[in-house]
Amino acid sequence: MINHPVLSDNDPQKETITLNLGPTHPATHGVFQNILEMDGERIVSGVSTIGYIHRAFEKIAEHRPFYQITPLTDRMNYCSSPINNMGWHMTVEKLLNIKTPKRVDYLRVIVMELARISDHLICNGILGVDTGAFSGFLYLMEEREHIYEIYEEICGARLTTNIGRIGGFERDFNDIAFAKIKKFLVKFPPILKEFETLFNRNRIFIERTSGVAAVDPEVALNYSWSGPILRATGVDYDVRVNEPYSSYEDFDFDIPVGTTGDVYDRYIVRNEEMWQSLRIIQQALDKIEKEPKGVFHADVPEFYLPPKEEVYNNMEALIYHFKIVMGEIDTPKTEVYHAVEGGNGELGFYLVNDGGRSPYRLHFRRPSFINYQMYAPMSAGMLLSDAIINMSSLNVIAGELDA
Amino acid sequence: MSEVKIVEAPPGIEGSGFFATSMDKVVGLARSHSLWPLPFATSCCGIEFMATMGSHYDFARFGSERPSFSPRQADLLMVMGTIAKKMGPVLKQVYLQMAEPRWVIAVGACASSGGIFDTYSVMQGIDEIIPVDVYVPGCPPRPEAIIDGFNKIQELVKNESLRRRESPEYKELLSRYGIQ
Amino acid sequence: MGKINNQQVIQSLTSKFGDRITVPTEPFGLLTFGTSADNILDVLRFLKEDGELKFNYLTDITAIHFPELELSIGVIYHIHSLTNNIRVRVKVFIDGNDPRIPTATSLWEGANWMERETYDFFGVNFEGHPNLVRILNVDEMTVFPMRREYPLEDPNRVDKKDYFFGR
Repeated sequence: MINHPVLSDNDPQKETITLNLGPTHPATHGVFQNILEMDGERIVSGVSTIGYIHRAFEKIAEHRPFYQITPLTDRMNYCSSPINNMGWHMTVEKLLNIKTPKRVDYLRVIVMELARISDHLICNGILGVDTGAFSGFLYLMEEREHIYEIYEEICGARLTTNIGRIGGFERDFNDIAFAKIKKFLVKFPPILKEFETLFNRNRIFIERTSGVAAVDPEVALNYSWSGPILRATGVDYDVRVNEPYSSYEDFDFDIPVGTTGDVYDRYIVRNEEMWQSLRIIQQALDKIEKEPKGVFHADVPEFYLPPKEEVYNNMEALIYHFKIVMGEIDTPKTEVYHAVEGGNGELGFYLVNDGGRSPYRLHFRRPSFINYQMYAPMSAGMLLSDAIINMSSLNVIAGELDA
Repeated sequence: MSEVKIVEAPPGIEGSGFFATSMDKVVGLARSHSLWPLPFATSCCGIEFMATMGSHYDFARFGSERPSFSPRQADLLMVMGTIAKKMGPVLKQVYLQMAEPRWVIAVGACASSGGIFDTYSVMQGIDEIIPVDVYVPGCPPRPEAIIDGFNKIQELVKNESLRRRESPEYKELLSRYGIQ
Repeated sequence: MGKINNQQVIQSLTSKFGDRITVPTEPFGLLTFGTSADNILDVLRFLKEDGELKFNYLTDITAIHFPELELSIGVIYHIHSLTNNIRVRVKVFIDGNDPRIPTATSLWEGANWMERETYDFFGVNFEGHPNLVRILNVDEMTVFPMRREYPLEDPNRVDKKDYFFGR
């Protein structure tokens, strides 16, 4: 099928039809356009067009001070914005040689793992919708609301959280937040279990997903895949383990890997990662108990904004406030690359600093962008309906794709 | 069993066996409770719309049980998320494909004004290319805000004159956007 | 966890390429060195195919613009050896008026879009690239927006008057 000749539109022998899928097609869950050559139900070739919500993050970042870049990272992968925020904060901390206290690391781990769960919930819920099972989505969206409630308790926002500051958090987690996290750890597993009961051994679901869009590990690495979809092919690459950040080395968790890299494996890997995330959150809660209470940021007054009441009443705090806001603090002239394991894979921040208050150049290594480029080549020879569920299992987030 | 709520009848003259009111009001009432939205979701606000549609907020309560993904059968265009200049013509085409009467709601700061993205690639509000009825602020707005914006649209629909779409003012509005 | 360290990478690189690569530095432990556009493909191929180094994973390709430098565009490769768990960063500075560099798509398929993105933003011509066209911006765009001289905001805007902003 892949060798099917593609004839020009004017050719009288042309037997394929051109199908324009997107950019607003509901099955694409975002703004992706694919112009497909179809031979009946089967795709002969495809061309992806992206950039429909290109927002120039990297250009804006060159004009913003370090601490104002979090709103941009929020809106990259908006399904798991806290991971992006934390990744950016850790990049700056690496640049400025800030060492965060253990408790901050553990708090960050909790938030990041919650974000990973919410990201995978969206992906697997939508995968269910695309294979014809709407109910799973409804179950999981309810749980996402609970994660949002935890975010709200921590930072006040639901989706684009702008959570954390350089050096730690803006405020400590209150008791309600901890209570909600603990409640989530109790309430969520049965729901996830129920969701798995609905899908894992569901004959229709397996028929629709098993063997669809199987990818060899060599091909996946050649296309620079990362994240759950790479692990589904059997490559155990996870930034959390390879280059532990935020004290991930203290935690005991497994990296689930698949064998065939098909849609079903990706689904299973994502589900298993949610279980592992729950394990990590539980461990983090236990570890926090042993840490000194009330520590929620590193002691770096040059970079961490003092509380407002101190600014008004304390000379030193006022000076630091002024220096931070006016950007009068020297930063090292160097470059740094920091990667975190985002919801979709290795989320990298390449920051070149010229000593000023804003980056000279900031490049985001966006996993969605790099994962998605294989979509059109791998669609060739696939049925159209398989290509649709392949897209939802890649979990490409438009904001991250187009930067 | 929960109690089924029925909307109030519009004001009119009532007697034994008859009820008289104006056509406008009846049509407006019917339309406002069966708006079929077309979710034109591009980015973050789309995820909040998913939450709105989901079980917790249950958007279907307001008569939009069926999100219409085809513009031909949609009454309400809900633009959610950043519209880049590359997307602009697509959005306009979707609007043109919708049948009258049609309403537009700009959900979120990006759709309303470009939001924080004051850049070379982002359209500074969708009202540069299509007329907008209701703007919902927020980045992204909470589901409650989206529902509130939707309720505002319902009010507009309920009180709209049947002849509004024929009026010279409306024609002038469209011609300002280059729409015939 | 890493089986080899930066010193070993430096050693095998210098023994192979000698002065065709610049003196390596290690900002934050990430081995960084430069080379020229003529040598980049050889360097990348060596890194990828050497039996010991095995830098088999292309993490990222991007570029940077320093208008004041003679060779004003820098193309930056981040490469990762998954087996050895070590990264390197390779930089190539090229002429900003006529930026040309051979493509890495012959080594990694994944370089395709990364190079298209770099072309889109900086106008770097990756010679031999199968389909070097704009990817994120509209096709009609004539400038390369990430170069320093281009403004962030759309210069053609009419609704943003300076006096609204006290300028």
